[in-house]
Amino acid sequence: MNNMVEMPIAKAINAGLREAMRKDNKVLMFGEDVAELGGVFRVTEGLHAEFGQSRVFNTPIAEAGIIGTAIGLAMRGYRSVTEIQFDGFIFPAFDQITSQLARLQNRSEGFLTMPVVIRVPYGGGIGAVEHHSESPEAYFAHTPGLRVISPSTPNDAYWMIQQAIESTDPVLFFEPKRRYWQKGMVNLDAAPGSMHQARVVVPGSDVTLVAYGPMMNVALQAAALGAEEGKSIEVIDIRSMSPIDFATIVESVKKTGRLVVAHEASTFVSVSSEIAARVAELAFYHLEAPPIRVGGFDVPYPAAKLEEVFLPDADRILDAVDRVMAF
Amino acid sequence: MSQDPSDLPMVQFLSMEGEVRVPAQWAEYGEYLKELTEADYLKFYRDMARIRRFDNEATALQRQGQLGLWIPAIGQEAAQIGSGYGVGPNDHIFPSYREHGVAITHGIDLMSILKMLRGVNHGGWNPDETRFHLYAIVLGTQVLHATGYAMGVKFDGKVGTGNKDEDLAVISYMGDGATAEGDVSEAFLFAAVNESPIVFFIQNNQWAISSRSSAQTKVPLYQRGDGFGVPGIRIDGNDVLASYAVTKKHMDDARAGKGPSLIEALTYRIGAHTTSDDPTKYRDDAEVEYWKARDPLARLEKFLRRNGINQDFFDEVDHAGEVLSAEIREATFALKNPPVENMFKHVYSTQHPVIDEQHAWLKNYEASFGGDA
Repeated sequence: MNNMVEMPIAKAINAGLREAMRKDNKVLMFGEDVAELGGVFRVTEGLHAEFGQSRVFNTPIAEAGIIGTAIGLAMRGYRSVTEIQFDGFIFPAFDQITSQLARLQNRSEGFLTMPVVIRVPYGGGIGAVEHHSESPEAYFAHTPGLRVISPSTPNDAYWMIQQAIESTDPVLFFEPKRRYWQKGMVNLDAAPGSMHQARVVVPGSDVTLVAYGPMMNVALQAAALGAEEGKSIEVIDIRSMSPIDFATIVESVKKTGRLVVAHEASTFVSVSSEIAARVAELAFYHLEAPPIRVGGFDVPYPAAKLEEVFLPDADRILDAVDRVMAF
Repeated sequence: MSQDPSDLPMVQFLSMEGEVRVPAQWAEYGEYLKELTEADYLKFYRDMARIRRFDNEATALQRQGQLGLWIPAIGQEAAQIGSGYGVGPNDHIFPSYREHGVAITHGIDLMSILKMLRGVNHGGWNPDETRFHLYAIVLGTQVLHATGYAMGVKFDGKVGTGNKDEDLAVISYMGDGATAEGDVSEAFLFAAVNESPIVFFIQNNQWAISSRSSAQTKVPLYQRGDGFGVPGIRIDGNDVLASYAVTKKHMDDARAGKGPSLIEALTYRIGAHTTSDDPTKYRDDAEVEYWKARDPLARLEKFLRRNGINQDFFDEVDHAGEVLSAEIREATFALKNPPVENMFKHVYSTQHPVIDEQHAWLKNYEASFGGDA
């Protein structure tokens, strides 16, 4: 019998971190306010008390410093889990992530590996001030050498954080912050496969709807509403934005002939752009309609009172579904 | 005008005339000179001459189109060889990209450096084995890596145990230009709050490409760490003995758990920033001549001759330089381009679907032209 426990995503990440730190004393957890406070979202709550100051510690408010020192610690044999407090604060570390962390294994011809996890609470919908609602995943998915994943359920959160920590490569771990307190069952005994494997969450036959992270709830809502109208929408959670499990997506599109991809990030040169392009290459003769991307508009993330207009909702996804079905 | 070392407070042991003097205020550093033997002095000179010879040969190779770029370090030999030998056998070194002299004190094959500047690879040495890490091209990035490494050394309990076989410290090199980078300030801060075993070694060669020191800092660089809690000292970077002794003491102190510190080695970039640069556009010949008169090799030569080293030794060093030049030329001409598959290696630690697919595509594409390309 599997050991099933109900918990929210934030607690599941916390439990996964705890498990990884118990298994391997080279695993460190650091960032801004992650120690006694447990992070501004309490994701690291209790870890400082259990593992002590030498393994869970606060850093100065300096994101390049957090990632740059994590790189040095990786050279010394440590596996650092770093927290970037909010999505919009990752950019001071952009150089260390993209020109150093992502490349050092390649630069050193494999003499060095970079087992560093960067946890990033991301996405909008929480009524926050500027720079607290961003979806910067495409910058990192574009960078060779990085792995980029995002869980959408507590079970995935629990397992994918542990898989990210076990990875020998750097992993950007995007946490859907507005879903932190969404509960679900966690199977503490069996991992749900590779962290890069896409999952068909709802089977369907008319349209393939691809999403990830915080957009999964919206996608599932759209599928349910679509079903009421007699539309059979197959929902896929890609879980990983780099690499992307194209095989699962293409297999679905070959069945449905139609593709809609949804995310919160601005649409231009986004993860959905890549998926649309690749599906067009790999399943051209199976497509009944051009793939449609449903994302944030190509404007800076707006002030909070406009974010519900900026963010795709179920109706905007269903509008895209209607458009692909009209062909 | 550039900074004249004779006007500034700094550690200097070897005078322009090649005499060793230990002022009372630097006596604790002077103690470290007592360990040096004639063999050490000769080693310093041989290596300084070797790296200068290498530098001149590499510049020539670049002019002949054999290298994409060369980054000369002429004038900085004392700062590099002295400090390189001041580093202990377990310590780790994080260079910037001009530390060819430090590299040879830690067994880096000079051809590895030329391969990198020819574009064969990015260095190719094993940083764990050599303890000399790969060159860092983006200014200041390596200073944070060094600081993280030093934090890890402390987590490992390898600081201040008194066990000389176990304890280690880290030295991070950077130029005066790199001190402006935010990464460097963050590194000072992280090292200070974690009391990390690290020495920040700034080679102030007074020019960041075409910007002189005075345009980069209002406060002398050895004081840059003060506000972070990283005490600093300035040395005459053209004095190999000061460079050796001060580095050795600071590394010993770091290893003993006394926390981070900073050394500013005031020196001068006699050559161009790189072979792409044209220093005649921004500085006077007179300034360069002034510093050529303070040449670190000439100064050490005076010292050696004063101490009875005869012409045979200098002839031997010259001859070794001729041999080195010939070897380097021959080895550079023999360098082969890297195999195409190298591009696809070590991007990830395990197979990656997109990279594998693109590599396979490229093989088929090349094969489609038929024959051996």
